[in-house]
This record gives sequence, structure tokens and C-alpha cells, in this order.
Amino acid sequence: MSWWIALNGVVVREVLRFVHQRERFLGALVRPLIWLFVFAAGFRAALGIAIVPPYATYIPYEVYIVPGLIGMVQLFNGMQGSLSMVYDREMGSMRVLLTSPLPRGFLLFARLLAGVVVSILQVYAFLLVVTLYGVELPAWAPLTVLPALVLNGLMLGALGMLLASTIRQLENFAGVMNFVVFPLFFLSSALYPLYRMQEAGEALYLLCRLNPFTHGVELVRFALYGQVSGEALAAVLGATALFLAGAILRYSPARGMTAKAGA
Amino acid sequence: MDALSVDSLGYTYASGRKALDGVSFGVAPGQFTALLGPNGAGKSTLFALATGLLSPQAGRIRVHGHDLARTPGPALARLGVVFQQPTLDLDLSVAQNLRYFAALHGIPRREADRRIEVELTRLDLFGRRDEKVRALNGGHRRRAEIARALLHRPALLLLDEPTVGLDLPTRRKLIEHVHALCAQDGIAVLWATHLIEEIDAGTDRVVVLHRGTVRAAGPVAEVNRATGAATVTETFDRLTGGAAA
Repeated sequence: MSWWIALNGVVVREVLRFVHQRERFLGALVRPLIWLFVFAAGFRAALGIAIVPPYATYIPYEVYIVPGLIGMVQLFNGMQGSLSMVYDREMGSMRVLLTSPLPRGFLLFARLLAGVVVSILQVYAFLLVVTLYGVELPAWAPLTVLPALVLNGLMLGALGMLLASTIRQLENFAGVMNFVVFPLFFLSSALYPLYRMQEAGEALYLLCRLNPFTHGVELVRFALYGQVSGEALAAVLGATALFLAGAILRYSPARGMTAKAGA
Repeated sequence: MDALSVDSLGYTYASGRKALDGVSFGVAPGQFTALLGPNGAGKSTLFALATGLLSPQAGRIRVHGHDLARTPGPALARLGVVFQQPTLDLDLSVAQNLRYFAALHGIPRREADRRIEVELTRLDLFGRRDEKVRALNGGHRRRAEIARALLHRPALLLLDEPTVGLDLPTRRKLIEHVHALCAQDGIAVLWATHLIEEIDAGTDRVVVLHRGTVRAAGPVAEVNRATGAATVTETFDRLTGGAAA
């Protein structure tokens, strides 16, 4: 019972913090919308897309890019989560979380899950705008995509946590954007189907196939149409387990404060 | 049984600096114990160890009989902490901050709200419970943190230089409140400070820490007698070799 109360408390805090930070909410919404309105509009003329599963007919580029942008929302949220963990560590509120008598692994998982809930709120706001814009998705898509959003959010949140446990200071965070977010996003099926990458080169194609973000996006893509991609599911579950184990094992609450502890 | 018992505690940083060496002392229920030491004495390391942030390399810490390293759950459940750094969410209201903390300790919402009312009322903050923390001044934020640290009814309250940056009347009020907690509720308090004037020579106990070792521990009068000093300030100067407090 106390576990449930604590989990609920951590999620409520994260949602409240998100609601109070309007710039963060707007940023999370505007970023994928710019890609949709500008990038996709320019690209649709240049890029014809063959019929690939789960699509049954030719689709406009806007339809193709939606799962990739959902992935982007969750990717940025995962990184934001790790940023706020580093920030919390420096600000001391991580210490408050860890004075709870519940096991540390559970507390970190609760924190992770809270970030996932926030990312799902962002995705639904994005889907609402996308639908109003006229992009056609199945009527049940918001419902069928939910499990995929949870899994993809967990994977990217766990990756963020793993990064947070390796980043020593807030200042090093810019590097994460250059060396993690951009490669993950561009070396994936978010913007172009992988057969296009294969035409460009086998090495690039292999990198895209090994990228867990590709599988997260594909999981979301199939789920929007009420389908399950077994390969993507297995890859996402595997990557999540790996990132999560790494993050919890590596987590050291004292990191970043030991230097100051002598005072 | 002591609310806090520290036994032959030792900690050396990776840099080779010995922060604590053979530190032992106890805090009994209802006692206000001031942990005195100049900067660099090892107070913060001791707090990091006592809150489970660091693990001791030698010795052990028990809270109400529970070993913090072996059974952290029951030990942390009886421990309330006010950290030196402010740790409230600035964008959340006072009540939201306190509810979050209560949830971390498994206190159901209704019970949490009841205790929040009691603790905030005691500190004259109940009327401001719905204000964002950002709107409060430093003294009010500190009071909110003390109220928060008491929600799970701890047997032991640790405060790490809680009056830093506060003006004199606010400091005095906080000290009085915490002394009242000892007297009325039987809470054991360990109050780290480098401000000697925060100590009540009549009732308090002191632990003087210098360069990682305990130089004196006990009621203020006894410690003064043992060092042949007339006041705590004199005791402190003699034990720490006049190190800047």
C-alpha cells in the first residue's frame, strides 16, 4: 500500500511540475509541430514512399512522419527527465526522494514512470493538433498506441537515467544533445523508411537497425494501426531492461556532492 | 535506547582525505544536541552518512536501534532531515510539497492533510499553504522544511546548519521551535552549526568535531568543566585550536 501511495505521489509531483512549467509544455509541443508543418511540407514533394507495413496504401509524408515525431516527443522528454535528475541532484531534491524508507531501486523506477506519464500527456496534445491539422489516423489510434507509448517512454526514460548517472555536472549536458539525441533521431526510421537508408549504404542501414530508437518508433507506428511488431517489441523490451539495469546499478546518490561534502 | 547512535565511524574520500575517524556519540530521546565544528570538521560528511547518501567505510550508524546500512528502511522511517540546501520545489505550493513528502513515506492523502495542518499551524504557516514556495521568504521556506521533516513523526531530527542566511529573529524562532519539539514531543535533535550563540548552555548537549574526530561530547556544563573553560566559546576555541568558527 505504501508503495502505491509513494508511486502516486511521485507521479503527481512530476505532473504538477510539468503543468507549472508552461514553457516546457509549449516547447514539447512546438518542436514536433515545426517538423510536421515545415519539414514534412517541404519533403512530401521530394520523397515518395512505397507501400510498407503497416500501411495498406500510399500515404502522404505527413502520415509517415507522425510516429517519428511522437518518438521525438518522448526522446526529448526522456532527456529532459535525465536533465532534471542531474538538476535535482545538484539542487538537493533528489536527497529528499532518497530519504524515503522504500527501496532505492523502486524510487528510481517511480521517478522514471512519472516521466513517462508526462511524455504521454505531451504525445496526446501533439496528436490532437495533428488530427486538427488534417492528418488521418485510425479512430482508435489514441487508444491502441497507449501501450507502445508506455514501453517507448520507459526505454527512453531509462536511457536518460543511464546518461544522468554518467553525467557529472549540469554543464556537460549540451554534449548529450549532440552525441545522443541527434544520432538517435537521424539514424532511425523516424523521418524516412529504412529501405531508403539501405539504398544509401549498408553500413548506415545497419546502424539504423541497431538503433533502439528505430524500434521504439516502429512499435508506435504499428500500434497506431492496432498492430504489434514482434521485432520492435522484443528490441524495445530488451533495450529497456539493459538501460534500466545499468542506470540503477550505476546510480550513486552521492555523485556530484562528494566534492562539496568536505565543507 | 538512543535515537541516534554513532559508533566508531570512519570515512576517507577517494582523494585520500580522511573526513571522519573513529567518531562515536549518541543522542537520546528528547535531547537537543548541537554538533559544533569549524568548516571542514566533517559535519557534512557525517550528515551524508547519517542520511544514507554515503555508506560508512568503518563503524556504523543506528537510528532507534536500526542499522542504517543493513536495514535502511526502518532506520529512514524514523529519521527526519532538514538539509542545508533548500530542497522544496519552488513552483509547487507549500501543501503540494508536503503532500509529496508524505506520499514518499506512505502516508495516505487524508492522514497527510491532517498532519500537514497540525505541523503548519504550529509554525504559523497554515494560512499560506496554497502559496507557491517561490513566493515565500527564506525563513518561511525553512519553517516549511521543518514542518515537512516532522510529517512522518520521526524519532530523530537532523538539521544541517538550518539557520544559514536567516536574520536573527527568524533564527531565534526556529531554535525555540526545535527546542520545544524536544521538550514536548521527546524528539531527539542533532543540530549542526558553527554558530555558538545558537546553543542553550543550560539544557543542550554538544559534540565538538574537529578534523574528523570528536574532541568533546556531553552536556554543555560538563564539557566546559572538563576543558577548564567558562563558556562554550572558550571551550570551542581551546578544542579547535582557535580555528575560525
